[in-house]
Amino acid sequence: MEYLPILIFLGLAIALGLILILAAVIVAVKNPDPEKVSAYECGFDPFDDSRMRFDVRYYLVAILFIIFDLEIAFLFPWATAFQDIGLLGFWSMIVFLGVLTVGFAYEWKKGALEWD
Amino acid sequence: MVITTLAFYLFALTAVASAILVIVSRNPVHSVLWLILTFFMSAGLFVLMGAEFLAMLLMIVYVGAVAVLFLFVVMMLDVDFATLRGGIAQYLPLGLLIGLILIMELGLVFGHWIFSENAPDLRAAVTPIPEEVENTAALGQLIYTDYIYLFQAAGLILFVAMIGAIVLTMRHRPNVKRQNILDQIYRDPGEAVEMKDVKPGQGI
Repeated sequence: MEYLPILIFLGLAIALGLILILAAVIVAVKNPDPEKVSAYECGFDPFDDSRMRFDVRYYLVAILFIIFDLEIAFLFPWATAFQDIGLLGFWSMIVFLGVLTVGFAYEWKKGALEWD
Repeated sequence: MVITTLAFYLFALTAVASAILVIVSRNPVHSVLWLILTFFMSAGLFVLMGAEFLAMLLMIVYVGAVAVLFLFVVMMLDVDFATLRGGIAQYLPLGLLIGLILIMELGLVFGHWIFSENAPDLRAAVTPIPEEVENTAALGQLIYTDYIYLFQAAGLILFVAMIGAIVLTMRHRPNVKRQNILDQIYRDPGEAVEMKDVKPGQGI
């Protein structure tokens, strides 16, 4: 029940979003013609499909982000239970971080963090 | 209590509806967006069950990162979806067969599933009492000591994933000028700038 404010907030957010969209649908003046509804790209017709292939390096950045994201996720319960888990818990997290730091050093040295 | 029940049905029904929309929507990008809505609603269900940490993980990891990866994959595939969908009549029998086999296997499993009699005791032996600690702290008390090998294995898996992603996708283009920060720092101003005394009318 302590999450009731969040629920109310969620409801408000959904309601506000619906109101804004519906207001645009209902209230706004709609007077379309072919030129208005066609895709606009600096006065030209669009050159390309919007679904174009792009560089695999974006994917690499996203994967590296996910990995460090998970590393951070493991840190939260560790920090919460830090008083209770003793020396073993401390060192197990240090080893975990050490393994990932080796990976981070590899990544840095290899130049995966640079764009070109 | 009524509000909790209402919230449960809101989250559950929205989750199921958006999960159905994931597989029926024609545009794969829309599928990914519906998938994100499903993740959100599952996070709400986790919160209702009192598993706030899992809800947070679902938000950070799945909505924040995995959904982005899915979007990248969808954008990167560059498939012509019209021709792909044309083959549905051809593949429908095979797909139905596989689905039928899966349903039969699930039915077999659930039909014969019997809980071991001491399963609750086994679980209670390692689990902190829920009333005494909140669930994030309870997870923390278990993961890093009782399940230390699994935890280290998770670290190694992440490590392998990192190395693998770099090895598979890193392509450095040749002939690209890069910034070398140490070179820049150690540059000697005395060598970089040369003073010349140019006589009038002669040039260098």
